[in-house]
Amino acid sequence: MNIIVCVKQVPDTNEVKIDEKKGTLIREGVPSIINPEDKIAIEEAVRLKEEFGGKVTVISMGPPQAKDALIEAYAMGADDAILLSDRAFAGSDTWATAYTLAQGIKEIGDYDLIFCGRQAIDGDTAQVGPQVAENLDIPQITYVTDLEIENKKVTAKRQLEDGYSIIETQLPVLLTVLDGLNEPRYPSIKRIVDAYKRENTVKVWSTEDFEVDKDKLGLDASPTQVYDTFVPTHETKGEMLEGSAKEKVEKLIEKLKEEQVV
Amino acid sequence: MLKIFEDKCTGCEVCVSKCPFDALEMKNNIAVVNHDACTLCGICVKSCEFDAIELEKEEKSDKKDLSAYSGVWVLAEQRENELLNVSFELCSEGRKLADELDTDLSAVVLGSDIKGKAKELIAYGADHIYVVEDEELKHYRTETYTGIITEMIEKAKPEIVLLGATHNGRDLGPRLSARLDTGLTADCTKLAIDDERGILLQTRPAFGGNLMATIVCPEHRPQMSTVRPGVMEKAEPDYDRVGDINEVEVKLTENDINSEVVREAKIINLKSNLSEVEMFTQIKDIIKEAKKGVNLEDANIIVSGGRGVGDPDGFSCIEELASTLGGEVGASRAVVDEGWIDKEHQVGQTGKTVQPRVYLACGISGAIQHRAGIENSDLIIAINTDEEAPIFDVCDYGIVGDLHEIVPLLSEVFAEVLN
Repeated sequence: MNIIVCVKQVPDTNEVKIDEKKGTLIREGVPSIINPEDKIAIEEAVRLKEEFGGKVTVISMGPPQAKDALIEAYAMGADDAILLSDRAFAGSDTWATAYTLAQGIKEIGDYDLIFCGRQAIDGDTAQVGPQVAENLDIPQITYVTDLEIENKKVTAKRQLEDGYSIIETQLPVLLTVLDGLNEPRYPSIKRIVDAYKRENTVKVWSTEDFEVDKDKLGLDASPTQVYDTFVPTHETKGEMLEGSAKEKVEKLIEKLKEEQVV
Repeated sequence: MLKIFEDKCTGCEVCVSKCPFDALEMKNNIAVVNHDACTLCGICVKSCEFDAIELEKEEKSDKKDLSAYSGVWVLAEQRENELLNVSFELCSEGRKLADELDTDLSAVVLGSDIKGKAKELIAYGADHIYVVEDEELKHYRTETYTGIITEMIEKAKPEIVLLGATHNGRDLGPRLSARLDTGLTADCTKLAIDDERGILLQTRPAFGGNLMATIVCPEHRPQMSTVRPGVMEKAEPDYDRVGDINEVEVKLTENDINSEVVREAKIINLKSNLSEVEMFTQIKDIIKEAKKGVNLEDANIIVSGGRGVGDPDGFSCIEELASTLGGEVGASRAVVDEGWIDKEHQVGQTGKTVQPRVYLACGISGAIQHRAGIENSDLIIAINTDEEAPIFDVCDYGIVGDLHEIVPLLSEVFAEVLN
């Protein structure tokens, strides 16, 4: 079974602080990590490989430093790692990212399964997975919390807001997975050492290394653009209630009466 | 490529601090780009008051003719032949956009027996309803829905298409955008029309909710957005409104799919073989899980607990207050990550977006990720021991104090008042 996993290196947005006065992000000291749901995807792929045999290839699009994320994936048990990295990819929105990843996947070729995390914590769009599936013209199952594979068929549990559905489809298929599907293993120290010793653990592909239509790359090809950014605000009264605990509570009740809440 | 006009740069350093990727620095009082770090996100361009930064974009010679696209569409979603609330919210919002553009609002519904219910969308602002009914469309399926809706969009050419950011909407939206080769903006919290260009301004949280970004899709159509349930306000229904209902016929297993709809609405003829794609996935079963009683999106009152509750048992006073007030229990990401309470209680950018009448934040510091999810609350009340907690910046009423003292007191007094 040949499995491809799409991963993204992201800043740990839990650690991002905001400079309220300047309205900007403070990124100093914010670590880069593998997107958490992508780790679930890697783990699931490695488990299936261990069960059925085959090969796990991780692929990412990003700047050169995204290599670190792929090395971590290798250390978790992936066999091959490919980083699509080229200035031409910069500024890609989800449409252009999905096109580029899909072309990379076509270059890798033979696959039965593609795993993606449902969404990345820095963008939260959940769009790249389905868009890659569309570019490859294969079915998708999103929000997967459980799956079984038998006779070239996948049966997946797809989470819904008020329950779940059980969906069956033939391979190849793209699955986007949710936290809770598994518990990702720690990367093996031996494999990390190994990865840095080997020269080509991560293969870096530029536009010269796989087939891409240059008119479909990066900022110029991206349908969406950032028009403006700002720090979210909420207009509020911001009134602090003073006094003893009892007084504060009574004042609050009075305020809620004024607001006609009670 | 990001370009800096040295003659215009005043060395004010605003762009340096705005760049989320540390890709700008000052050299000899002029901003300089580190092209390896720059992702061309464009944030600095807007931040520069002196027009000293430009994102060079190659002008496409084969510009698409966008004038053929008109009208606003809402893809209404049904489950078990009941329309989801978000469909009415989208119609209410879509109506405003259509009015600004002086165009029509249409709602599209796919299902097996939904015509009767779909009528109600007219009361919420739709001028035209397109109903596609077939037993095979009872449950959402990626390929079937994508195939049919793509064809409808290609035929009718709406300029804007809105979807609910439900699990199904977030499965369908990206698939449609990739097939139609157009942009899609996820989880918008605000939509507006740009006066000058008449294009859709789509605002959404970015960088994990740390910033808000307004996204545009200037050269592709339709402009597509998903909107989270509970974000847009549902209008008062007007049952005197007039609209038309158009049945679009599909025959899913035959080679020829025909439909003719002629009225005030645009004509949509579907002619294609959907039988191949139809077979992609099969739904074996749909299971509704017993409701654990958490319905944050529709709650009028939410009492939320954060790290300040101390431990899992600390939630009992939160639960008691919520039950006294007839509200729901919410939680911050921190305590969900700690495993103190189930994830379905989580409020915020990665949890639920809520819009209650009253939101009580107890022992929640108010990380921006959390605040992004509660902004639409009418009234925010914060209780925290730390008077510096950022939650107090966004609250309407704040109490500095220990929630373990204040919250039980509140329960007590409310119980009296309500009786």
